[in-house]
Amino acid sequence: MSEEKIGVYICHCGTNIAKVVDVEDVAEWAGNQPNVEVSREYKFMCSSLGQDLIEEDIKEKGLTRIVVSSCSPHMHEKTFRTACERGGLNPFMFEMANIREHDSWTTDDETAATQKAKALTNAAIERVVHHEALEQLPVEINPNTLVVGGGIAGITAALELADGGRHVYLVEREPSIGGHMAQLDKTFPTLDCSACILTPKMVDAGQHPNITLLTWSEVEKVDGFIGNFTVSIRKKARYVNEEHCTGCGICIEKCPFNVVDDIFEAGMGDRKVIYRPFPQAVPKYPVIDKENCVYFQKGKCKACEKFCPTEPNSIEFDQQDEILTVDVGNIILATGFQLFDSTKIPQYGYGRLPNVFTGIEFERMVNASGPTDGKIVLRDKKTAPKSVAIIHCVGSRDENYHKYCSKICCMYSLKFAHLVHERIPDAEVYNCYIDMRTPGKGYEEFYNRLLEEGTHFIRGKVAEVTNAARKPEEKGKLIVQVEDTLIGRQRRVPVDMVILSPAMEAQPDSKEISQLFKMGCDFDGFFTERHPKLDPVATMTDGILIAGACQGPKDVPDSVAQGAAAAARVAGLINLGTVMMEPVRASINQEDCSGCRICNNMCPYNAIVFHADRKVSEVITALCQGCGTCVAACPSGIISGAHFTNDQLFSQIEGILWDVRPEKELVSA
Amino acid sequence: MSEQFEPVIVGFLCNWCSYRAADLAGTARIHYAPNMRPIRVMCSGRVDPQFVLKALRDGADGVLIAGCHPGECHYVSGNIKALRRFILLKAMLRQLGIEEDRVQLLWASASEGIFLAERVDKMTEQIRALGPLNWNESVLSGNGHHVAVPVPEEV
Repeated sequence: MSEEKIGVYICHCGTNIAKVVDVEDVAEWAGNQPNVEVSREYKFMCSSLGQDLIEEDIKEKGLTRIVVSSCSPHMHEKTFRTACERGGLNPFMFEMANIREHDSWTTDDETAATQKAKALTNAAIERVVHHEALEQLPVEINPNTLVVGGGIAGITAALELADGGRHVYLVEREPSIGGHMAQLDKTFPTLDCSACILTPKMVDAGQHPNITLLTWSEVEKVDGFIGNFTVSIRKKARYVNEEHCTGCGICIEKCPFNVVDDIFEAGMGDRKVIYRPFPQAVPKYPVIDKENCVYFQKGKCKACEKFCPTEPNSIEFDQQDEILTVDVGNIILATGFQLFDSTKIPQYGYGRLPNVFTGIEFERMVNASGPTDGKIVLRDKKTAPKSVAIIHCVGSRDENYHKYCSKICCMYSLKFAHLVHERIPDAEVYNCYIDMRTPGKGYEEFYNRLLEEGTHFIRGKVAEVTNAARKPEEKGKLIVQVEDTLIGRQRRVPVDMVILSPAMEAQPDSKEISQLFKMGCDFDGFFTERHPKLDPVATMTDGILIAGACQGPKDVPDSVAQGAAAAARVAGLINLGTVMMEPVRASINQEDCSGCRICNNMCPYNAIVFHADRKVSEVITALCQGCGTCVAACPSGIISGAHFTNDQLFSQIEGILWDVRPEKELVSA
Repeated sequence: MSEQFEPVIVGFLCNWCSYRAADLAGTARIHYAPNMRPIRVMCSGRVDPQFVLKALRDGADGVLIAGCHPGECHYVSGNIKALRRFILLKAMLRQLGIEEDRVQLLWASASEGIFLAERVDKMTEQIRALGPLNWNESVLSGNGHHVAVPVPEEV
């Protein structure tokens, strides 16, 4: 053991660590620990110069083990292992101490942080002595990919991969792909017709020979790891046979019952009980809304079945949910967002004052194929408003709801203003904003255009929307109470219609989704990327990627870019064919195994077999995932968990308690 | 001793959930007690009860074991095995006269940085109130017989 020469490197991480931890002190102290040959501190260990330090020291000083105290191993373990390898050392002769995420970022107490940094560094020093050279295990990558979510990000990712010749399973929980973009009329700042640019992509995805489209379906279970995931998908019963249905739509026409469409039409319009969310839906097969279907509830009707022209009949009232199992190598999550519920801010009157609308209601209203055929009207469905107020930041940039900026609201609020000007030329439009945020190609120009179109911009957060008139001219109007901070005065703006621009927020079940796929989501419910700047589409879990608004508020071009980026990452991995896996695996010393079989039932992967003839157990390496449960259970202590051996962990415990450990002789006494 | 007693807690954090929760707490700059010193294990199921005893014997005043929530274990059910061992271990620690609060098990998912930080704060306070463990004096010499520890109703 005393033969070992350890190199210890303490990273400043700029000031991230050095501001709280006395890195010079830790480095000097580490230099006096047993086996430590060289101890240094450096500004950025992960920089190429920092890595060169390790490489050169290995070559020049003959180091046999390396310890780096810096950030989380989830961030840079790979970086430093590669540096060790370049220096000619087995990459597993390395150990990392996390003195940033687990130390300097969690306290201002310099003394305590420095002491903790020493403990973590010492734990690594004592552990690394017991490290063994290991070889990474190659794992084959299944070339099929699962994309979850059929909005614009998911569609883009699926098409990129499919066009490159790879098979994709595209899963969408709604009856059609398209996502939020399908609900929009125009897209900012170019004012492209949303459907005109989206539907061709939807059709491509629906007809692509390399895409298996699974709509009205949800992922139930995910097993496995990068390269080899097994995913169970619940294909909910549509009560329409997809093989026979031609999508003619006669059943929809003949269905005698209407219900309010809360999802696609945002409550602004009706749909039939057997329905497609919108005419260009992909796939074209309708779905029966069982909750509202008179046949399902009362046992009578069957109009859809009666009028279905196909032979055999496409309506199948006895259809059941199906569970499909697919094997994929990678998973791209593009599960999107939901809009903030505007009723949570009662002073804005949504749900109480009829002529207060949400942004998505307005989107449906101005859509030519929407419930009012594109006419902007009040709740009575006939009166055109003469004045409209648009309130920005509803639920965004607000301590009480979401602190973050939803990024898209300024632009879509400007788009609303433009659409009102376009459809009702003599209407007055007021945009009440906190700050105008228009970064993006052509976005600021769009804002300038609106300034010229005569929109009134009021800089101030709206306090209240009320119908309580104080003056005769306010009678019968909605009054927007707002402080105009540019003129320093309270204003009461009487208008006919108010449009709220709600925040983008994470899907209500994003936490469950993140747990299902075993990756992280932040406090707001958005999925956590591997690195916020340099790796925005990967997650901490290998083989799981994220794209679009599930990662954070995003507009269409950003979502498309992420969808394509995630696809490119997957395509690269598939091209490689194999990925190197951590050699963290268990093995049983066959000589010493007593054949007690306690470990046999411990293994969640059934990776341990018992040889009845020799009365010993053996781990099948290909099946072992390296959790170490069997290692902890073996009563003889003869199962070894590579890179997490008992020796390594005991030494780490001793090392981490360097300052409180009783004298050796006392312990042995 | 005029200074406040600062307990040392060894934390065994599973690689997939709890270690990442601690990473998240750091990334989000959540300040919490610096008394917990984390050791990464692949799964809470890897935590051999000997590790806990070793830590206590070597000077720790408390041990925290943290894993994924039941049903969410990266390795299917390693956390459940950790729970089983924990229950047995607690029975043994009671016989040694080691107070209930000194060894704790919790579930923290990768998104629960705040929760983990709060639990570390709470545990630090609980152990601060108990005072140092002093394995050699209180556990070894007394052999636990003189220390009366109430049996808890529920683990």
